[in-house]
Amino acid sequence: MSTDVHQNFFVVDPERSQLLSALWQHQLQDRHISREAIKRLAEKYQLSEIEIEGVVSFYHFFHLKPAGKHTIYLNKSITAELKGFERIRETFERETGARLGFTDPSGTFGLFATPCIGLSDHEPAALIDFYPFTNLNALKVKDIINKLKEGNSAAEICDIPQENIRYTPANNRTIFFAPYTRGEAIAKLATLKQDGVLEQLKRSELSGRGGAFFPTWKKWDTCRSYATSPKFIICNADEGEPGTFKDRVLLSNQPGSVIEGMIAAAYTVGASYGMIYLRGEYRWLAKKLEEEIEAFHAQGLLGKSIAGIEGFDFDIRLELGAGAYVCGEETALLESMEGKRGEPRTKWFYPVEKGYLQLPTVVNNVETFAAVSRILQLGADEYLKRGIPGSPGTKLISISGDCERPGIYEIEWGLTIAELLELCGGKDPYFIQVSGPSGEPISIKEKFRRISMLDLKDQKDIRCGGSFMIFNSERDIVHILMNFSEFFKHESCGVCTPCRAGNFIIQRKLERLQNGLADMNDLKELKSWGNLMKTTSRCGLGKTATNSIIQSLEKFDDYFTGRFAKTDNSIIRKFNHQLAVADYERYKP
Amino acid sequence: MATCSFWIDGKKYEAEEGTNLIDAAKENGVFIPSLCYFRHIDPPLGTCRTCTCKINGRNDPACTAYIHEGLQVEVNTPELVDMRKALVEMMFSEGNHFCPACEKSGNCNLQHMGYELGISVTRFPHLFKDHLIDYQPKRMIMEHNRCIKCKRCIEEVLTTDEKRVFMSLNRGNETMIGIDYEQEARLTDEQAVNAMNICPTGAIIVRGKSMAKPFGERAFDMVSAQKQFKHNILEKPNKGNFEKKTIATVSLAGCFGCHMSMLDIDEEIMDIAELVSFNKSPLTDIKNFTQRCHLGIVEGGCCNTENIETLKKFREMCDILVVMGECAVWGGLPAMRNTIPLGECLEEAYLNCVTSEQGENTVPYHEDLPKILDRIYSCNEIVKVDYMIPGCPPTATHIWKVVKSLLWGEDYSLLYSEFKYD
Repeated sequence: MSTDVHQNFFVVDPERSQLLSALWQHQLQDRHISREAIKRLAEKYQLSEIEIEGVVSFYHFFHLKPAGKHTIYLNKSITAELKGFERIRETFERETGARLGFTDPSGTFGLFATPCIGLSDHEPAALIDFYPFTNLNALKVKDIINKLKEGNSAAEICDIPQENIRYTPANNRTIFFAPYTRGEAIAKLATLKQDGVLEQLKRSELSGRGGAFFPTWKKWDTCRSYATSPKFIICNADEGEPGTFKDRVLLSNQPGSVIEGMIAAAYTVGASYGMIYLRGEYRWLAKKLEEEIEAFHAQGLLGKSIAGIEGFDFDIRLELGAGAYVCGEETALLESMEGKRGEPRTKWFYPVEKGYLQLPTVVNNVETFAAVSRILQLGADEYLKRGIPGSPGTKLISISGDCERPGIYEIEWGLTIAELLELCGGKDPYFIQVSGPSGEPISIKEKFRRISMLDLKDQKDIRCGGSFMIFNSERDIVHILMNFSEFFKHESCGVCTPCRAGNFIIQRKLERLQNGLADMNDLKELKSWGNLMKTTSRCGLGKTATNSIIQSLEKFDDYFTGRFAKTDNSIIRKFNHQLAVADYERYKP
Repeated sequence: MATCSFWIDGKKYEAEEGTNLIDAAKENGVFIPSLCYFRHIDPPLGTCRTCTCKINGRNDPACTAYIHEGLQVEVNTPELVDMRKALVEMMFSEGNHFCPACEKSGNCNLQHMGYELGISVTRFPHLFKDHLIDYQPKRMIMEHNRCIKCKRCIEEVLTTDEKRVFMSLNRGNETMIGIDYEQEARLTDEQAVNAMNICPTGAIIVRGKSMAKPFGERAFDMVSAQKQFKHNILEKPNKGNFEKKTIATVSLAGCFGCHMSMLDIDEEIMDIAELVSFNKSPLTDIKNFTQRCHLGIVEGGCCNTENIETLKKFREMCDILVVMGECAVWGGLPAMRNTIPLGECLEEAYLNCVTSEQGENTVPYHEDLPKILDRIYSCNEIVKVDYMIPGCPPTATHIWKVVKSLLWGEDYSLLYSEFKYD
């Protein structure tokens, strides 16, 4: 993706790391990765063809069969489902002549379902040729397809989504959306020196905003302590958690502050190369980011001797993901950047010691980098005036679902759920999924809990990674859980047994719930199997995949006891006789 | 290298620093089940998770841990034992493992682990996902139904110029191990056989080589890795005053093999005939129940509505219901059709079959005929089953030990050779 000018700068990259970019080129050109392309790439990289095919088949934006001149990806996240996914799918199928999962006979349109594309505030939404189309309805779909048939390109007619920044702290207390001048934070580096930067971050208690909340200064300090070079700074812009779109808004509204945060990191740990791993769903943001990188170059804020600091050489390039939720896991992301399948590594080393190409690497989330540059710009003292003691600062939250004003809310830590619901106009909220499907479901009974980082055992506070999905009392919990389970079933990398098989098994169990065959014993098993996956899975995906199921069973007791019979001790089990013989009945003469 | 002390379940052991925990435990006589772990692959794969233990207070696989001074490991707590068992059960329900029809039976690590952990039935529903059997490679057959995606072959089988032959394809529940036909053809015979041998299941089969060792003489046929199965034989039970009991038996969607096996008890059958009387059973040819029975023994699962009716009748008429054999426990061989829609099976058998006569090609359907179910159901999915005897077939001694225990409360212990069947 990077332009030719900077290609030379990245002298360390082995050829294999270019594999994903090469595959993207083929995908965009031929609308699939052909056998011949695989053969050529295998020869080029001295690999067997199956190894290339393994990479291709891992990412859902790479197709082995032609995916249509126009490739349409319909978002199938839970918010999209509740806002009319089915009707939109029908319309697309009718208008294009393609069935979901296939192309139409002429190969003009390919129609596919995909998990959350980061547009939860504009559902139903779709990507066509990787350009966003939002707030779809039947008429709009008809119009879009007609225009495409007339020869318009998706780029010309797409909707660049509104940023929907609905709330920032009053009295100019915003952190992320304060006025921004390029280079302001970088200008502080020379005086602060490395120790000063770490000190600022330590005092402001900044921690990883991807959801793990690891202290940022500690990560940087550890990476700094390794003498191996070169070192890498990676911005994790693979925002895959359904219901999250804060990084999208940051990258589109404040790309400079993100890049500046990366530069600060490079300065502190002594890194020479930076990469932004942008999820494939945000391909439409790539141009904007590259322009921003260009602007930094033009001002001497990237490249050799940045901001006049002797010996501080650093450059940033963009790397595109190709559709895989698990690549948000930092070691899977590293594998993906190396041109491999995005399978999380076994945790022998942390990336700060052995990361990209087994070299010291800092991987941080988009929001973390943005916060860093703001902390440097404002100073830790000013930053500490926001939030609550022990959890200072602000947090970006993406709100979607059943509320009047879905969008981005920059809240000061310490706000309660009730206050947030008030701000966004939550409509009859009943089930709130915090931090996405891998996070925690919250009942409205818990609305007085604060959102903060003080969520240690005796505290009742709740952390939020960024996603906040509201469901009203008419939504069916089992339906929500089925959507999550389907998501994890597809997005598991498939390496370890409990996650690969477990998510599939859990889904079968939920089907039983949906078909009304379950009793209390099934619920008990569901919980116990969920815990098994939690304890034995290899990475965070499997460990958190059943969180929402386990916690729903605990928190929504009234829902479950009302719907499912007590443990069935009768000697004859419930059985759907009609369904079991339905296939055979078709042969009745 | 220095020798270190480490603790397993509170007991102190010694091993060289840096030894893999699984190996160190084994050297010290502690059995930690494992499937993907293979001494030669470094770093270990950590894919199957069967060796999950509590290591320094955290649940982690033993294969990715190394001995250092003071290492604290919990292996045999009830929760951990159950957790590991569940993981192996998960593999059985994920794939389609029909051991009696498998070339690898007896040499299969997965099957062996099933015995070692005493698995009689999986707690999970069988997924019955249709998998490919790939006959295209020059020398190999890839049986994807049996693959547990351990990745041993990916890391270990390389051509002489270091190119991979195997690689994971797809993602999530669609993950499978693909084979590169071109590279496979370039393997030496020796390398190909090695690929088959390191596969912990029968997923990689080399044509003409898979039966090199006859059944009965294979690696896991008679030997357990654990002590408890080698000893612990209870003395012959005393023959006291036994009250005479009534038994009913039936074969549903099975092959009658379990009934045949039951008769394999030879002359002891004379003793048993004194102790029990048979009511409804193919052995007596009594068609309908004439009285309530103490014990019902069912062979086979349910493939049609008649099976379901019979099974329900058994449940109603018997105090204790025991099912015997793989078919009754989870579907067994008839469940091979569970991965294929019923319509396809029927059409293949009756409509598109080469031997069907012109004009005679109809799928049998009559109100007097039982209706065929969409898939094979295990007995436990239809009625509550009290006990299950796995095996294909279970040995006679096993069946009768269970019967005696249930009817007269007699203690019994099973030998490894008695529950190792298929």
